[in-house]
Amino acid sequence: MRSNPADYEIYAPGNLHDVVALIGGSPGAILPIAGGTDVMVQFAAGTLQPRRLVSIWNLPDLRRVEILPGEVRIGAGCTYTDLREHDVVKHEFPLLAQAASWIGGIANQNKGTLGGNIANASPAGDSLPALLAYDAELILVSIRGERRVAYRQFHVDYKKMNLERDELIRAVCLARRFNEYISYARKVGTRNAQAISKVCMAALARIERGVIEDVRMAVGSVAPIPLRLAQTERILKGKRPERSLVALARESAVAEIRPIDDLRSTARYRAAVVGNLVAEFLERLGAPAAGHE
Amino acid sequence: MTDSVSQCEFSLRINGEQRFVRACSMERLLDVLREQFGLKGAKEGCGEGECGACAVLMDGELVVSCLVPVIQAAGSSIVTIEGLAGDARFDALQEAFLECGGAQCGICTPGMILAAVNLLNKRPSPTIDDIHEGLSGNLCRCTGYVQIVEAVAEAARRGATR
Repeated sequence: MRSNPADYEIYAPGNLHDVVALIGGSPGAILPIAGGTDVMVQFAAGTLQPRRLVSIWNLPDLRRVEILPGEVRIGAGCTYTDLREHDVVKHEFPLLAQAASWIGGIANQNKGTLGGNIANASPAGDSLPALLAYDAELILVSIRGERRVAYRQFHVDYKKMNLERDELIRAVCLARRFNEYISYARKVGTRNAQAISKVCMAALARIERGVIEDVRMAVGSVAPIPLRLAQTERILKGKRPERSLVALARESAVAEIRPIDDLRSTARYRAAVVGNLVAEFLERLGAPAAGHE
Repeated sequence: MTDSVSQCEFSLRINGEQRFVRACSMERLLDVLREQFGLKGAKEGCGEGECGACAVLMDGELVVSCLVPVIQAAGSSIVTIEGLAGDARFDALQEAFLECGGAQCGICTPGMILAAVNLLNKRPSPTIDDIHEGLSGNLCRCTGYVQIVEAVAEAARRGATR
């Protein structure tokens, strides 16, 4: 049953400094709400536990993309629409722009934010494999100051984050060094706009003289947190994308994931899809096409 | 609704008019529009942001009003289907929906029209793929979508919203 709005307090100080002070004043007690595309769904379902919230929607400090010589800093309050429409993000980080394009319909892309996708900590978060592939770093802010943490070390277990109770995700930093990479992104789900992914993958590779010099593959919805396929990457690195390698990579990827049966799919189906996506990615890199399993 | 200490006064521009409302900050924009302003065009379908029946424009951007706490709409400009009704630029869109059979039971129609306006504002000559994507957050259980997509394509040909 839907919650009673009178049971909740929500503040909107309108600037980052006051938001951080508010959160820091009662650590763990005040839930930030950005676009509301997750929080308001819990509110509608009557399952929203925190009774005090602070709106971080449209805060200027969180909703800008800073272009520095070596990195791009995407404010955590940037919406998926912002990401899709930003020239530098589109050209240098296409995996992220593409993931943004398949999260929800337009209305939810206009409200849902990158920081929200991270803080919601769902293993199915569509933007998260892209962040893993690009080795993103997060800037976390609190009244105590700021710290940087590798996104890879941020989601530590199902819904568990390396985030102190007084901290807020401020920005996502992406190093500008992936222009030479071939990128591959794919979401497998019932329907992009409404459906949460059964599997989503983001992958990058740099090929030199026919050899895979660097490769990064990340998948969502197949483990308690989004996963880098580190073992499979090791198998691929330094090799030519040939047919024999596809079978090895497929087998390794399936061994690395820990999919479950849930209302969206089965573990068996997810494993088969991951294998097929790995094969499709390698085809993109030049491996001969083989039949999907 | 009983008056409670947690109620605040908010100012919003609704369909071009400055309006004030007293509400709990967590009150959904959808409920404020329907119950306090009597704007019943926005419909509650799923209540969780999936069906698009409650879509409105907030500062020119399509949003689902069931996911907007009113405090986030404070100071913004909201356009509902009622706000489009008096605007001649949208006549072609409405006519195209009528002629192509883009509306049956009508529950999804206000959201569909607002999603179409949002699309045509950004892409006055959309491809069919653009239309599919622009309306992908709006569910219709009657038409099978074909007529709705045709209606938006026809409206674009007639220069709707320009």
